Amino acid sequence: MNLALLLLSSNTLVHLSAVDLAIIVFYFALVLGIGLYLKGQANTGEDFFMAGREMTAWVAGLAFLSANLGSLELMGWAGNSYKYGILAAHWYWIGAIPSMLFLALVMMPFYYVCKTHSVPGYLKLRFGKGAQAISSISFAFMTVLMSGINMYAMAVVMRVVLGWDLNFSILVSSLTVAAYVALGGLRSAIFNEVLQFFLIWAGALLIPILGLIEAGGWTGLQAKILQNLTEQHVANPGSYTHLWSTLGSFGSNPMGINWAGIVFGLGAVIAMGYWTTDFLVVQRVLAAKDLRSAELAPIIGAAFKMCVPFIVILPGLLGLALLRDPSGHLLRLVPADQAWSAAGQAQGLHGYDEVLPLMLARYCGPGLLGLGITALIAGFMSGMAGNVSAFTTVWTYDIYATLINPNVSDETKVKMGRWVTVIGVIISIGTAYLVMQAQSIMDYVQALFSFFIAPLFGTVILGMLWKRASPAGGWTGLLAGTLSSVGMYTWVKIDPNAVRYVALSMDAQDQAQNMFRALWSCLICIIVTVVVSYMTKPKPDSELKDVVYGLTPIPKTERVSWYQSPIFWAVVVAAIFVILQIIFW
Amino acid sequence: MKSGSHLSIWFFTGICLGVNGLLIFITGIYEIANPPANKVALYDLHANVWWGGILLVLGLIYALRFSPAQERKRMSKNS
Repeated sequence: MNLALLLLSSNTLVHLSAVDLAIIVFYFALVLGIGLYLKGQANTGEDFFMAGREMTAWVAGLAFLSANLGSLELMGWAGNSYKYGILAAHWYWIGAIPSMLFLALVMMPFYYVCKTHSVPGYLKLRFGKGAQAISSISFAFMTVLMSGINMYAMAVVMRVVLGWDLNFSILVSSLTVAAYVALGGLRSAIFNEVLQFFLIWAGALLIPILGLIEAGGWTGLQAKILQNLTEQHVANPGSYTHLWSTLGSFGSNPMGINWAGIVFGLGAVIAMGYWTTDFLVVQRVLAAKDLRSAELAPIIGAAFKMCVPFIVILPGLLGLALLRDPSGHLLRLVPADQAWSAAGQAQGLHGYDEVLPLMLARYCGPGLLGLGITALIAGFMSGMAGNVSAFTTVWTYDIYATLINPNVSDETKVKMGRWVTVIGVIISIGTAYLVMQAQSIMDYVQALFSFFIAPLFGTVILGMLWKRASPAGGWTGLLAGTLSSVGMYTWVKIDPNAVRYVALSMDAQDQAQNMFRALWSCLICIIVTVVVSYMTKPKPDSELKDVVYGLTPIPKTERVSWYQSPIFWAVVVAAIFVILQIIFW
Repeated sequence: MKSGSHLSIWFFTGICLGVNGLLIFITGIYEIANPPANKVALYDLHANVWWGGILLVLGLIYALRFSPAQERKRMSKNS
């Protein structure tokens, strides 16, 4: 099909002008140019998979955050804030900041000192090949699945927002990612993630600024949301702008969750699991040039993560307050399946996830619109590249070089890395088309992801802090945690009344169920690991050097002034985090 | 990120912000001279002019500060 015809459509949310298209084309040209420029700097395994371990704290920190600002993140959480109100900000604050600081100050020294290439690689050093195999295979499976789903989600957004053909969006974005990651490896992915970080902020920051001006500041926004929701007879309208005060019981907030689910399920398990053991994000920090940079990188990431609700959560809240249809009536967004049904399309309904593009179309004229759309594309591509580069490393080091051909040379690893990048993207494209045929897969993905992440945190943290944990304890605990999570999920699917046991309340919505399932599966993993470890033989201390607390001499970092030390900035970030909780209580 | 013979990531960032800022700024000026028929909300604030201007200035600062010439200078000073 002709390119111009693909890009032009009358039935779309926004219409791009020539300058908007120029901005988008320039972005694609720049990321490909960076990949070509960096091709000559990825000749060894250390270069290709770990970016030469020479990233500064700022570059590693921004890439660490950017890899997480992926496809479903920007659109999905803006939609969630429209649906659940400011409670969605918990995923950015308590669901990120404490765990990022914990990674920086407690876990990073172990990852860094043992010089592992990946999180499954750490498990091999600590527990042996059993735990590594479970972790690496599940991680590789999840990354390509997530990458394909991100690709599909991006293509759908581009179709809804711009009227672009699904195949066109999938092919252009995936080929671009494949090209720049295959050429320059992790270094290219990180370079582009930093660029994407700036583009995301440049493109998205204007919406909350203009939105707050229009709404009359935060107080005006609160009043408008209360008024609109009251008019629409929505339950608990006041809870949409309060972070903690409505978490006393399950039924008094739109998410159907209580404070224990948020604090223990989200903050203590899911967030800890994701930010400290998901190799997709940890890989960026492992590329830091020294230990102090590796400790500072997650702290820098945490400082910016605290600001992300400004460009993701606030637009959702502004949508609740300000969005009107062409006749001036309040616009009420609906769940995606309802919006995309034939009846929904005929009525011109919009899904929750469309709130960000709708706000973009509201405020951004030519040029700014192109930048905003580029920000969305950049978000999608950074997430996709993060998945692909992490998959490539885990496949090459933890599956091929460990389980299939342990004698592989460094040169072969690099060659394999380039090919596996392309193969990973091809599998992701296949996954994207699979999802297109069976969209219900998307409903299961977040749950699938939590099956592996929550128990993995239990295994890694016990491995780092408890030297008695044995190899058999490690892999059986991981397996038991994962299977118990799958079991609880299946139980609720077969008997919906089981929610009262798994999530402690029949009011619990999907997100609340994820929190409690993660909490139980992590606890089961820890209990099984402890019991089996006491029944089996631990590794001798000599084999645990550099991987367990108490047996690992942490190298002295260079002497720096107090304001350059990681602990100082961690305290600053923690203090701001607490202040934000109080302000939005 | 990388000094010496390699271009810095901040240089690319500067180029990216600068080019986008310039395009948006020029479009904003053009819109003031030729107001569109369908205006966006808060059109009178002319966000594309000042936002484009901010991005352009930021981009220029980064691109010049981390230009290949500056990097070479910094490298020769350190060696």
